[in-house]
Amino acid sequence: MTFWERNQLKLAPFLFLSPAVGLFLIFVIYPIADSIWVSFHEWSGVNRYALDDEGNLKNFKWVGLDNYIYLFTNDDEFYVAVFNNIKWFFFSLIAIPFGILLALFLNQQILGIRWVKSFFYFPFVINAVVIGIVFTWFYNPKYGSLTYLLGFFGMEPFPILSDENYATYGIIVASLFPGIAYTMIIYITGLTAVSKDMIEAGRIDGASGFTMFWNIILPQLRPATLIAVVVTIVGALRSFDLIAVMTGGGPWGSTNVLAYKMYEDSLFNFRMGYGASTAVILFILMDIYIAWFLYRLFKRESTEK
Amino acid sequence: MGGKMKKFFVILTLFISSIASAGTLIVNSNQSGAESSAALKQYIADFEAANPDVKVVLNEFESESYKVAIRNFLTSETPDVALWFAGNRMKFFVDQDLFRDVSDVWEEYGLYDSMASSRLSVTVDDKQYGVPWGYYQWGMYYRTDIFDKVGLSVPTNFEELVAACSTLRENNITPVAIGTRYLWTAAGWFDYLNMRINGYEFHMDLTAGKVSYEDSRLDMVFDKWAELINADCYLEDHASFGWEDGLTPMINGEAAMYLLGNFITGNLNTAGVLDHIDYFQFPKIVDGVPMSEDAPTDTIHIPAGAKNIEDAKKFLGFLSNPEAATKWANARSFLSPNSNAEPPSDRFQLKGVNVLNNAYGIAQFFDRDANPDMAKTAMEGFQEFMVKPDREAKIRARVEKERERIHGPL
Repeated sequence: MTFWERNQLKLAPFLFLSPAVGLFLIFVIYPIADSIWVSFHEWSGVNRYALDDEGNLKNFKWVGLDNYIYLFTNDDEFYVAVFNNIKWFFFSLIAIPFGILLALFLNQQILGIRWVKSFFYFPFVINAVVIGIVFTWFYNPKYGSLTYLLGFFGMEPFPILSDENYATYGIIVASLFPGIAYTMIIYITGLTAVSKDMIEAGRIDGASGFTMFWNIILPQLRPATLIAVVVTIVGALRSFDLIAVMTGGGPWGSTNVLAYKMYEDSLFNFRMGYGASTAVILFILMDIYIAWFLYRLFKRESTEK
Repeated sequence: MGGKMKKFFVILTLFISSIASAGTLIVNSNQSGAESSAALKQYIADFEAANPDVKVVLNEFESESYKVAIRNFLTSETPDVALWFAGNRMKFFVDQDLFRDVSDVWEEYGLYDSMASSRLSVTVDDKQYGVPWGYYQWGMYYRTDIFDKVGLSVPTNFEELVAACSTLRENNITPVAIGTRYLWTAAGWFDYLNMRINGYEFHMDLTAGKVSYEDSRLDMVFDKWAELINADCYLEDHASFGWEDGLTPMINGEAAMYLLGNFITGNLNTAGVLDHIDYFQFPKIVDGVPMSEDAPTDTIHIPAGAKNIEDAKKFLGFLSNPEAATKWANARSFLSPNSNAEPPSDRFQLKGVNVLNNAYGIAQFFDRDANPDMAKTAMEGFQEFMVKPDREAKIRARVEKERERIHGPL
């Protein structure tokens, strides 16, 4: 027997796994490790391996924790970004109840409902950049339709995206547009799995309307809710595209979030190390959230068994 | 990129360059947009006609993404020629040894004579690191029909400019159109106020990080700026608009003036209102301070890692050809730095030539003279100041903190 024949059963799983594991190591684990390594250095993003006359790296200088120390003690923008991320965290959850409402509304057997449904899918299909541009036009204080809308109610137009107090909320509202559509899709799928028998049983026991929804349907939608919450919050923490398109972090940095700050510091301000340290903080925040979430999930599952 | 990845790229580029026979010249360009791209392609066609043994391969990038891409391709897949900008933006790469010293091109093609006025913009430590292909003036573009209607003449000093604002407001016209969403338009105002009040040398020292942003000499700059803001000169909600959105009221005849570079004439022409537009130099503020101007210069360079250096030098040197230089600059409403180039016939270019030839000093522009991170923080400050002038002290302290981080304590 050859080596292969003898060990085929043992080796096969590793061989089948190796492409995926390899790609995962190269494109996920390595960049994470390298970002952490870069965050302890000062580097302009140019010629990382260039050596000076003494054979030391001349563009890639070890600075220890300096980047982190500056980030926490000296950078006001960092705290603005963290605070905005917290706003995103909470307010983007508004998408979920709206998603349920729309899903319940569309979960009916009426002629042509498929057509109607497809319209509600649209916001999710459209690229975020397009949504950003359309909302920017909508908010335009001079020519935007919101200005006409407010004028109809006799209200003065105000520049949402260039007002430091409203700009972040303006962008979050734009993000709800695809967000609601996405959670709605999740719930529509979830509703197909709701047991008809239980609804029948509930009806016999006299449940209807809101009681029916709250006590019988919603508990059965828990897996859907779980996915909706995770996806929404991860999306909120890494929100970037709408900010880049709608305000570019402005006015004067007031809509900055960690992901955008990282992008701007490293790619436009030529501070790779500093940008990497912001990225590491964002990475840790997400890790904490995901770890907490998984912990709760496993705990609940083990109590149910 | 790991060491192995780097080796891979080296092998890859060696492989590619071995296919590309001698006589192939790789040019990376940021001239995106139909007009810009066509202008460069014309220059390349003329160059190839003059050098039949050279074949140019053009890689075109969108101009914003080019700013990111250039740092990668200068260190990995190096082209033979790269388009870029003069001033601090060039110096950044010179300091990293990524652009080649091309003083010999200046020598060989007589550029020290024909491009004398632009020499300093591409000079570091007395060596030239690029050749400029075009530059353009900044200044006040205004609607002559509105000025006529309300009986205004061109302001020649600061008081007249402020007075013009109130006259225009009384006639329900927005005096100055501007869109500061992308920040740099606000920096144009800062550049001119500072150059008119403190002069060219001070402005260059400031952008080089040698002067504190809390320096008392800047007090007057912010005072005068606040005067304009309080006289209601600027378009409302300007922080909501990009520069092109900010131009719309001027096109519609609702706003009278715009401080911008000469590329504005392209948009005004497309909108069909160029006949009602004229140009005036930013008015003087303090007597005795010589007039200096913003005139950003666009350049071409040879990266340090270029392979076909011989032909790259020819490509840069070809800008000494007056005809080719003229064509390229004119196609963009730019001015050619080549003094042998045919003088422009366009009235805005003519005014630009006149203003710039008489200028005491030429600055590149705030975000080209200052470090990128410095420029971003400062310009954010300028934008904030234009909306909330009462925050001056806080803004200047914040900008100064960033200056100190980048350039060190004074």
